Amino acid sequence: MSPEIPSVKPAVPADTRKERSMLLQKELIAQHYAALERAPQEGRKVVYTFVPGNLTELMRSFDLLPVLPEINALQSGMRKLSGDYIQEAEKAGHSEDVCSYVKCDIGMLKKGNRSPIGTQLPPPDLLLLSYTGCFTFMKWFELLRHEYDCPVAMLHVPYQSDGLIHAHHRDYIVQQLRSEVIPKFEKITGRRYDEDRMKERLALSARAEDDLVWVLESARNVPSPIDAYFGGVYYIGPIFSAFRGTPEGVEYYRTLRAEVEERVRARQGPMTPEGPMSDERYRLVVEGPPNWTSFREFWKMFHEEGAVVVASSYTKVGGLYDRGFRHDPTRPLETLADYCLGCYTNLGLPSRLDLLEAYVREYRADGFLINSVKSCNSFSVGQLLMLRQLEERTGVPGGFIESDLVDPRYFSSANIKNRIESYFQMLGQKRHARVNA
Amino acid sequence: MKPALATLLARAQQLYEDLDLAAVRAWKEAAPGRRAIGYLPIYVPRELIHAAGMLPVGIVGGGDRVEIIRGDAYFQSYICHIPRSTLELALAGRLAALDGMLFPSICDVIRNLSGMWKLLFPDLYVRYIDVPQNYDPAVGGAYWRRELDQLREELSRLAGRSIEDDDLRRSIAIYNENRKAIRELYRARSRQPWIYPTSEMYLFLRAGLLLPPEEHTRLLREYLEQAGREEDRREQDQSRVVLTGMFCEQPPLGLLLTLERAGCWVVDDDLLLGLRWIMGDVAVEGDPLGNLVQAFLHESSATASRYEPEGRRGRWLVDSVRSNQAEGVIFCAPSFCDPALLEQPLLVAALEREGIPHTQFKYSEDTGQFAVIREQAGTFSDSIRLWSER
Repeated sequence: MSPEIPSVKPAVPADTRKERSMLLQKELIAQHYAALERAPQEGRKVVYTFVPGNLTELMRSFDLLPVLPEINALQSGMRKLSGDYIQEAEKAGHSEDVCSYVKCDIGMLKKGNRSPIGTQLPPPDLLLLSYTGCFTFMKWFELLRHEYDCPVAMLHVPYQSDGLIHAHHRDYIVQQLRSEVIPKFEKITGRRYDEDRMKERLALSARAEDDLVWVLESARNVPSPIDAYFGGVYYIGPIFSAFRGTPEGVEYYRTLRAEVEERVRARQGPMTPEGPMSDERYRLVVEGPPNWTSFREFWKMFHEEGAVVVASSYTKVGGLYDRGFRHDPTRPLETLADYCLGCYTNLGLPSRLDLLEAYVREYRADGFLINSVKSCNSFSVGQLLMLRQLEERTGVPGGFIESDLVDPRYFSSANIKNRIESYFQMLGQKRHARVNA
Repeated sequence: MKPALATLLARAQQLYEDLDLAAVRAWKEAAPGRRAIGYLPIYVPRELIHAAGMLPVGIVGGGDRVEIIRGDAYFQSYICHIPRSTLELALAGRLAALDGMLFPSICDVIRNLSGMWKLLFPDLYVRYIDVPQNYDPAVGGAYWRRELDQLREELSRLAGRSIEDDDLRRSIAIYNENRKAIRELYRARSRQPWIYPTSEMYLFLRAGLLLPPEEHTRLLREYLEQAGREEDRREQDQSRVVLTGMFCEQPPLGLLLTLERAGCWVVDDDLLLGLRWIMGDVAVEGDPLGNLVQAFLHESSATASRYEPEGRRGRWLVDSVRSNQAEGVIFCAPSFCDPALLEQPLLVAALEREGIPHTQFKYSEDTGQFAVIREQAGTFSDSIRLWSER
């Protein structure tokens, strides 16, 4: 049985209803950081883990508080803190060639481990190394283990190179949950695994997932009521981080869905930092993570040209819910395994290409754009081939730009703007040619 | 150099330069129906390929002998060099002798390269080899066993014959001999690096990527014997160093020569680590697939792409320094190599705890200028000789 969802007080007055979900999310994040700051005094245990393949329901069923270093890094990037952190890590011997999330995190730690909003982050009681879709994760937590001298629970998630979940892959993950992860959770918390609590959490996850999918798929409307990339990264925030399987998460997605439903009814375009976008000129699919250090500037390059992203792969790194997956309370550990296996970066390139092709068709995109980030080989290797093959398969023009996640040295504003403007000009000319044909 | 060694060396050099896989084609043409399977670094269970009657062929890129024309169009500038030269070779038809390709789990680059191969060469057999990072026999072992079962089935289909347990036992024994010969060579070099200089020994190791293991073992043993007869190879006062970071993209031969000329004897390294990934013998009797599983779980080399559950990163490096009486470590990693470069701070910390000198630089497989490396390695060697207690 699912627990009751507590009613959440309106975070903002009724006359700003459209932005209520944003303020609600901000409140959730602030509350979570505050809880983390209090954790050592309150005796609560803290687990650091990653977004892809995260086990939030399991952690929450043990009353563990998750910390997601990727989220800290990207938020540090958005708050212009990451550049200093990265330099701090490089001074300590970390190569300029490697992932800037890792260096941002190490630099943040070396500068006192203050969260991006300024609160104190507690050290981990356990590092949950969900090794899903990214090689760097393994080295990242080995580096953190060296810094914190704390235990690690390794969860190896096999790669879905052929896009299929094999029974022995699922079994392998379930066995690791039983023999490695759960015993370590039990050890640090002194509590036994409680499957009924897990089932309650999973039921809440599925409810939030339904609403998230509805929101993401609302972009099939013309005009799209959402931007599924720049706006999408906010929409995935709670479910990809600490709030999957929580009443607060369910409430957030219920609120968000209601807002988007209203925009659909009113035939409104997406909200942007500069207000609602009114003129939808180009519908795009985007592959790859965004740049975080110049996020608003980057977004502006799109919305000021009337370009809306109708589907993106980045919003699937923490789960491919829009292709049908839901956490299933009737098979708690197996469903966690399936979830981990299906995260976007854990899929082979052919599966990724199929997905992007489906997005271009289903969302009636005029084009697709790849933002290739230096830090993330998991995303980036093969993107130039994907660009070619996606153009061949769909006949839709592709664009390619390069930046980084949180290293400001690799965001060349003028270059990127030039490329994007040229790309939009090309889309415009193609459209003009079609109309005149 | 005596003629016998010169002949052997010429053979090894020829294989080193054989980017068109002429040796593989010759092997295939020697009997009807023969097939060859390529594999990238680091580890694949070559015994299974061999037991199917096929030739395992190690692919380590094009080195400094391939002009990249098409490969660069597929990779961004911040990605290491081995995938672009490997793809260059494939697109130019120079890997056409291969009937399949295996891509081991080592990093996201090689992993995604497996997907690129599937997209670019849809008719070729391509498999990603995802080794376990859990070493509990009941968990990671059970998973690896199922993966090997699948691989065995697929290779059997490709070979057109089933791989029987006895086939596999024979292959395990043959690879045990090969690894034994490599271990002997490493020990010999560690004792007398002036007799078995790395720049030369490396060529004989590289031959193991193309030759059938039986033939490679014979070549290694002949080299051990013939090089040992070179009376004019005399001990020189050079520093003894361990070289690490070269387990995947290989350095140009000129770099290894440069290190020696700069005063460094390499006494241990992780070059071509896949050839000796399993450190001891794999049991021959009993369930051969189970023996391969056990060997992987308990006899694998420690390296950056393999999870270290005990948190003792760098222990193997310190142990290597001690057991080889090395005086320092050179971190020599390819540019943009995630495993090597992410791990480096941990290894540096391990060395510094033990007071072991180290230096570091990066290379690409097509690096052509060695002046800076020579100066740096020379300075490092001098500093060891001048300031260490020898």
